[in-house]
Amino acid sequence: MIKFTLNERAVEVDVPGDTPLLWVLRDELGLTGTKFGCGIAQCGACTVHVGGQARRSCVTPISTLDGAAVITIEGLAASAGRDNGELHPVQTAWIEAQAPQCGYCQSGQIMQAAALLAESPEPTDEEISAGMAGNLCRCMAYVRIRQAIKLAAASQSKGNKQ
Amino acid sequence: MTEHSNFSMTRRWFLALAGAGVTTGVLSSLAFARAPVGQTMGEGFQPTVWYAIAADGRITMHIHMAEMGQHVGTALSRIIAEELEADWDDVEFVHVDTDPKWGYMVTGGSWSVNHNFFAFSRAGAAGRMALIEAGAREMGVPAEECMARASKVIHGDQSISYGELVARGAVDRQFSKTELEAIKLKPASERRLLNRDTLARDVPEKVDGSAIYGIDRTIEGMVYARPVMPPVRFGSTVKHWDDSAAKAIPGYLQTVEIDDPTNTCQGWLVAVAESWTAASKAVDALNVTWAGGSGKETSEADLLAEGKRLVNDDTAGSLFMLEGEPDAVLDAADKVHEGLYQTHTVLHMQLEPGNALVWQDGDTWRVHAGNQWQSLTLPLVAKALEIDPANLVFETSYLGGGFGRRLFCDFVVPAALTAKAIGRPVKMVMARPDDAQFDCPRSPTVQKVRSVTDESGAMRAYDHACASGWSTAPIAPAFLADGINGGKVDPFSISGADHWYTVETMRVRTAKNEKVHETFLPGNLRSVAPGYTLWAVETHMDEVANSLGQDPAAFRRSLLNAAGRNAGEAPHAVGGAGRLREVLDRVVERSGWAKREDLPEGTGMGIAITAGQERAMPTWIATVAQVRVDRATGEVTLEHLWASIDAGTLAHPDGALAQAEGALLWGASMAIHEGTEIENGLPRDQNLDTYTPMRMHQVPELDIDFVTNDYMPVGLGEPGVIGVAPAIGNAIFHATGARLRSIPMRPQDILKALES
Repeated sequence: MIKFTLNERAVEVDVPGDTPLLWVLRDELGLTGTKFGCGIAQCGACTVHVGGQARRSCVTPISTLDGAAVITIEGLAASAGRDNGELHPVQTAWIEAQAPQCGYCQSGQIMQAAALLAESPEPTDEEISAGMAGNLCRCMAYVRIRQAIKLAAASQSKGNKQ
Repeated sequence: MTEHSNFSMTRRWFLALAGAGVTTGVLSSLAFARAPVGQTMGEGFQPTVWYAIAADGRITMHIHMAEMGQHVGTALSRIIAEELEADWDDVEFVHVDTDPKWGYMVTGGSWSVNHNFFAFSRAGAAGRMALIEAGAREMGVPAEECMARASKVIHGDQSISYGELVARGAVDRQFSKTELEAIKLKPASERRLLNRDTLARDVPEKVDGSAIYGIDRTIEGMVYARPVMPPVRFGSTVKHWDDSAAKAIPGYLQTVEIDDPTNTCQGWLVAVAESWTAASKAVDALNVTWAGGSGKETSEADLLAEGKRLVNDDTAGSLFMLEGEPDAVLDAADKVHEGLYQTHTVLHMQLEPGNALVWQDGDTWRVHAGNQWQSLTLPLVAKALEIDPANLVFETSYLGGGFGRRLFCDFVVPAALTAKAIGRPVKMVMARPDDAQFDCPRSPTVQKVRSVTDESGAMRAYDHACASGWSTAPIAPAFLADGINGGKVDPFSISGADHWYTVETMRVRTAKNEKVHETFLPGNLRSVAPGYTLWAVETHMDEVANSLGQDPAAFRRSLLNAAGRNAGEAPHAVGGAGRLREVLDRVVERSGWAKREDLPEGTGMGIAITAGQERAMPTWIATVAQVRVDRATGEVTLEHLWASIDAGTLAHPDGALAQAEGALLWGASMAIHEGTEIENGLPRDQNLDTYTPMRMHQVPELDIDFVTNDYMPVGLGEPGVIGVAPAIGNAIFHATGARLRSIPMRPQDILKALES
């Protein structure tokens, strides 16, 4: 039995310890917003936050998460204090930039971007490139993903100054 | 530790949440989302099958095209809403299932907006006409004095809303096919939605994790599966298998040997378990031996060698196009410009791997899987299940990337056969290497182009031969066309070679590379044939311009006379090559082409002009690339891409721009970042560690410019891809004098070209 918090709620799962977090989220706990792309931490579609850090859930064995705090796309907004269906500023920026095309990678992109912005609230272009290079967008919506990150940074910095 | 307990856990948690009344926050209502994208049709007044107006005023469009990133529901709904004079805020849409009433269902070829434009416009107009008649009756005024705006029929100061007319039961007119075809559309000056921007309606659920893809659906009682791939695509049979090691894996249930009446799966097994991770581990633990296997020794070099043989053999293949007698000119010429161009195997690597959920629901079999070509896949799966196609329904989901991979949804077959064999719902998900091994890759191609110019640069002969796999031949042979000199041609494997340049005599020959077909199933990949035929055309044109000492942009322009076969025709290609000339002029202006000789040493600009996807639907694009080449390492940095695009009317301009952005970067990715080679009958690169599409840090500056006009809309998903590779190759030539004739253009290829 592994106990951790998922989107700020205590959960317990009884699965083999080497089961990747990705499949626990999707198939045991029913949170399908986190996606399977490559299985080897090369595409970033499965990105979640563990202890506030971006983590590739497809290569994260559940056994390593005892006591951990996991946030997925479904809980991102609430983790930033948004409620009643309100979105996280990064998600709002994603809509403003109309970033998603097929959308399959976007949960991972948004989780990665949120982690990047938490660490570096006003990232330079180089920091965005470096921070996002591990997240493949096969639709190649990169121009808008970059734009959305900048919009989110601007809105956060405006929010902080108010 | 058993899966049964996992399911209990799941249920307990779900029930606990429901009991606690948790509706937001921690676990959104998305947990265990089961609803597909669209399940129910709209209700109310339905003048055609394409939409319904409800008594509360909601207008529900029925979208039969797959959503794979194009925001197709938004674009198609705009077309209907425009003629319907609907208030956009009243409009919603659902993606429909495979009821035969929707007609032929295929989402590909960049066709959706173009092919549905008239039918959807007329459907909208029909509704408007019926509503105006009904509104006039209700208001007791003559219909010809009424107009419709924003979901209302208006007469002077009076008006009545569409919803009210439906609520009163005042409108029920149906339109026959003949009546619909007689409808005249409103003039472009009366348009209120097309060519004007709006937000894509599918975006919100793609940012909060609630969008349901094929891989996301669950069904009570389902089990998980992963296939065991045979050594090569064709000709393998299972000799022996042993699952004793797999039996030690908790949750492993059984392995099914696939006996496939359609012969799609040749030598497949499928491991079934209570979780996907258990099924996946079981696949790795199975001990299987196979016999046979076609093309097990085949390499990329073998496929290209066969292609070279075919293009050099004038009797191979069939003619796609012939004008005049090019041989007479070629034979008599003092100088023939000649080039041999090739492209390597390309994989789709759509980010959502192949998967399908299949279950029996009474007499009906149901499939939930992303799908671009339901009308092809449904009969295939029915045949596999040995059932009447009428008893098979495909639900619709979002596609985690299409790019042509989900045209032929062969991966539904093993899932269906496994569900049938074990009598339970099965969700089969391929691991990434499974998906890559059994991709339907873009065939490697070899093309030979010969041309003759006179002293002024006018082109007197153009002769193009192409050898490739024919994507249409194995999956939809009825779509092959007759060759000009007899035999068959696959138009989808040669389109684009019939370019819009004025030439006196011209021939296009296409030969099917059988060695490719013995090795794998060549498929359609974003931009399809123009993605390689224009690599040859536009590299060749550049070589000719340079050999004549002419500016490559000016040389191209001189061949765009918009005369004869290139004059264009209504409604899809009004203006013909003249529109290509216009985008060429625009991109030359915007990119600062005239100053390209002032660029720093090692930096160059190249141009290409294209009209994909096909002559029946040309999207006029001129592309300029600026690259910097490191002569020491062969490293190419793509600094900037400019594209001027004329796609006619834009149903959803921001969506059009997004498609252009993605397409240009796809073109760049295939030119300098990705690509693979066949080794021992399989793609060498099977995951995203060694198969390397463009990433964020490799994105160039983009400058995209749309021509604004009211012509018939054409396509946008693919055409932007086409010109980028030749523009980059031509830019490398400008920067260094090294001519690249093969894609991808890797540093080692550039170093080699620099040496020669």
